[in-house]
Amino acid sequence: MASKTIKVDYLTRVEGEGALNLEISGGRVTSAQLKIFEPPRFFEAFLRGRSYAEVPDIVARICGICPIAYQMSAVHAIESAFGASPGGEIRVLRRLIYCGEWIASHALHVAMLHAPDFLGFPDAIQMAREHGDIVRNGLALKKAGNGLMRVLGGREIHPVSVKAGGFHRVPTRSELAPMAETLKRARDIAVDLVRWTAGLPFPEFEQDYEFVALRHPGEYPFNEGRLVSSRGIDIAIADYETEFEERQVAHSTALHSVVKRRGAYHVGPLARYALNFDLLPGHVQALAREAGLGPVCRNPFQSIIVRAIEIVYACDEALRLIADYEPPAEAAVKLEPCESTGFGCTEAPRGICWHRYEFDADGTIRRVRIVPPTSQNQPSIEADLMAVAGTIVDRTDDEIRHRCEQTIRNYDPCISCSTHFLKLSIRRS
Amino acid sequence: MSERYRPRLAVWKFASCDGCQLSLLDCEDELLALAGAVEIANFPEASSAVAEGPYDLSLVEGSVTTAHDAERIHEVRKQSKFLVTIGACATSGGIQALRNFADVNEFAAAVYAKPEYIQTLATSTPISAHVPVDYELHGCPIDKNQLAEVISAFLAGRKPQIAAHSVCIECKRRGTVCVMVQGTPCLGPVTHAGCGAICPSFRRGCYGCFGPMETPNTAALAAEWRALGATPQDIFRAFRSFNAAAEPFRKESEAHGV
Repeated sequence: MASKTIKVDYLTRVEGEGALNLEISGGRVTSAQLKIFEPPRFFEAFLRGRSYAEVPDIVARICGICPIAYQMSAVHAIESAFGASPGGEIRVLRRLIYCGEWIASHALHVAMLHAPDFLGFPDAIQMAREHGDIVRNGLALKKAGNGLMRVLGGREIHPVSVKAGGFHRVPTRSELAPMAETLKRARDIAVDLVRWTAGLPFPEFEQDYEFVALRHPGEYPFNEGRLVSSRGIDIAIADYETEFEERQVAHSTALHSVVKRRGAYHVGPLARYALNFDLLPGHVQALAREAGLGPVCRNPFQSIIVRAIEIVYACDEALRLIADYEPPAEAAVKLEPCESTGFGCTEAPRGICWHRYEFDADGTIRRVRIVPPTSQNQPSIEADLMAVAGTIVDRTDDEIRHRCEQTIRNYDPCISCSTHFLKLSIRRS
Repeated sequence: MSERYRPRLAVWKFASCDGCQLSLLDCEDELLALAGAVEIANFPEASSAVAEGPYDLSLVEGSVTTAHDAERIHEVRKQSKFLVTIGACATSGGIQALRNFADVNEFAAAVYAKPEYIQTLATSTPISAHVPVDYELHGCPIDKNQLAEVISAFLAGRKPQIAAHSVCIECKRRGTVCVMVQGTPCLGPVTHAGCGAICPSFRRGCYGCFGPMETPNTAALAAEWRALGATPQDIFRAFRSFNAAAEPFRKESEAHGV
C-alpha cells in the first residue's frame, strides 16, 4: 500500500489555530502530529516587572473561554507566596464563579462544538434544524453559566471582580437569589443532556491513560487539592516540576508535557472524574451509572457524557453555595508582599492549569511559568490520533480526517491559551 | 417561499484569546435568529463548513504578529465588502503589543527553550496598520450588545450607533458614585465607553480595557492620579496594558517611563 499524508489545514470548532498531519505508510499510521500555528503572545515575558496586583487582569487575557481558570490559579499562587489564605466566604465565591465558568464552557463544547461530530453536522446551527431542543437547551445552559459569572464578575469574558486576596466587591444575598431559580432550571436541562449524550454513537475505543487531576479530601476539585495520578503520583502542587516536565520532541514543533518517569498523561474531565468519582454526590454517581459509565471512563469520545455530568454537578454545587452564602465583612484579605515564590493550580474546564510566580520584596514579578491544560494533553492527543487512525486506515481520507478531528475535539482543546505551543513553519492551503 | 439573499458573514482570527469572537456565541438569545438572517459563511471556531468568499461583512479578531498574518489580512480585505475589527487586539495591537516596547528575541528566550523556532514579528500591530478598516469596535473584550448593533448596522447599510464618549458618562447613567472622588485612581475619564462602566460598579477604578476615547486628556488625568498618591510607575503601568500601543496611551505611558 502506498504512503500517503492526510492533512487538516485548519482545525475547526476548537479555540485557536491548529492543524493536523497524519502519515500513513504500508497500511500503518507512522506519524500523527497536532500542529499549532497560534502566534506566541509572550505572557510569561511581559508579566516580568509588573505588580502582583495586575496579574489577575492580565492572565485572564490568555484565554477568552476560561479566564477564571487563569485568574484563580494566579490568585492562589500570589497568596501562597505572601503567606495568605483567604477562606470562608471568599473561598465559597471563588468556587461559585468557577462553577459558572465550567457550566458555560462545558455547555459550549458539549452542545455546540462536540455534539455535531456525533450526528454528522458541520455546526450547531445546522444541527439545530433537526435537534433544535438540544441546541436551545445548550444555549440556555451556557447562558446560566455566563449569568453566574456576570453577577459575580461583571461580565462573562474577562470578569473584573477577582483580585489577589479576594474580590473587589462581593455580591449581596439578594443579588445571588435570582441565580438560584435559573440554576434549578439549568440543572434539569443538564440532567436531560447527560441522558441525551449517553445515547450518541460512540466508537469502541479505550486508552490506558495516566489520569492527572487535583484531589481534595472533601469535595470535587476546583481550586484546591493535591496533584494525584492514576499511577500513584500524590504530591503538593508546589512539587509539580519534580514529577512533570515539558520536552521538545524531534518529530514535533510543540512542547510536550510529560510525566518524567513515564510519558504522556491526561488532564480534564475524564481525569477529574476517574480520580474523584467517590466525591460526586450519590445522585450524580447514579446518573453517571444510568448513562452507562463506571467510576472510570477510558473512552475519550465519551468525555462528552462526563462534561454533561460535570455541568449537573456544577449546577448542584452552585445552588448549595448560594443557599448557604453570607456576604463576608471584608471582600478581600490584605496582602503583605515579600520576596517569595508561589504556586497555584486549579481545575480549568479542560484540566489543571499550573502557575508559578517569583516576586521581589515589593511584589514585582521576577519570573513566571504557566502550564495550560491543552499543552499537557498534547502527547495524549497525538497518541489517541495514532491509535484511532490505526483502526480505520482502509477508510477514505475524508472519513479518517473526520474521525481524527473528532478525536482532537474530544479534548476540547484550547489552543489560544496554550502559551507553550510552538510551530516551525506555517502551511495553509 | 422564495429564497431571499442572506448577507454573508465571516469571522477571522489573528493573535488573540478568542474572547471577542466568543462574544458572538455568547449572544445566546439571538444566535439562532442571526443565523437565520445572515449566512455564517466562515466561522471556524463554530463550524466545520467553511464557504469561500466574497463576504459581505468580515469581523476580524486579533492583532498582526507574524509575517504570514501580515499577508493573510490582505486576502481577508480583498474578500470582504466591509471589514470590522472586533476588540483591543485588532484595534490597537492588544496586550501582546507590550513586545513593541521590548526586544522580542529576549521575550522569546524568556518563554521558550528553543527561541530560534519562534516565528514572530518584533511588533504586534492593529489591523488598520495593514489594510483599510471600515469600523473599529473597542473593548477587551468587546460588549456583545455593541457587536449585535454593529452587525445590524452594516447589514442594514447604516452607521453603527456606538457612543464615543468616556466611561464617566456611563457611570453617571447607571448612578455609580465616582470612585475618583472616593480616592481610587480610575482611567474612566480617558477611556472609551462601551462596557457599561463595570469596574467602578465593582468598587475599583476602570483599567482602560476599551482603550482611549476620542481626544482624551491623559495628562490632566495623570496629574489627578498623582494627587491621589499614585506613583509614576503606577501611571506608567496603567497606560501600558491592554491598549498600550494606542497612541494617546502610548504617549502618556512614555511621559511616566521608569
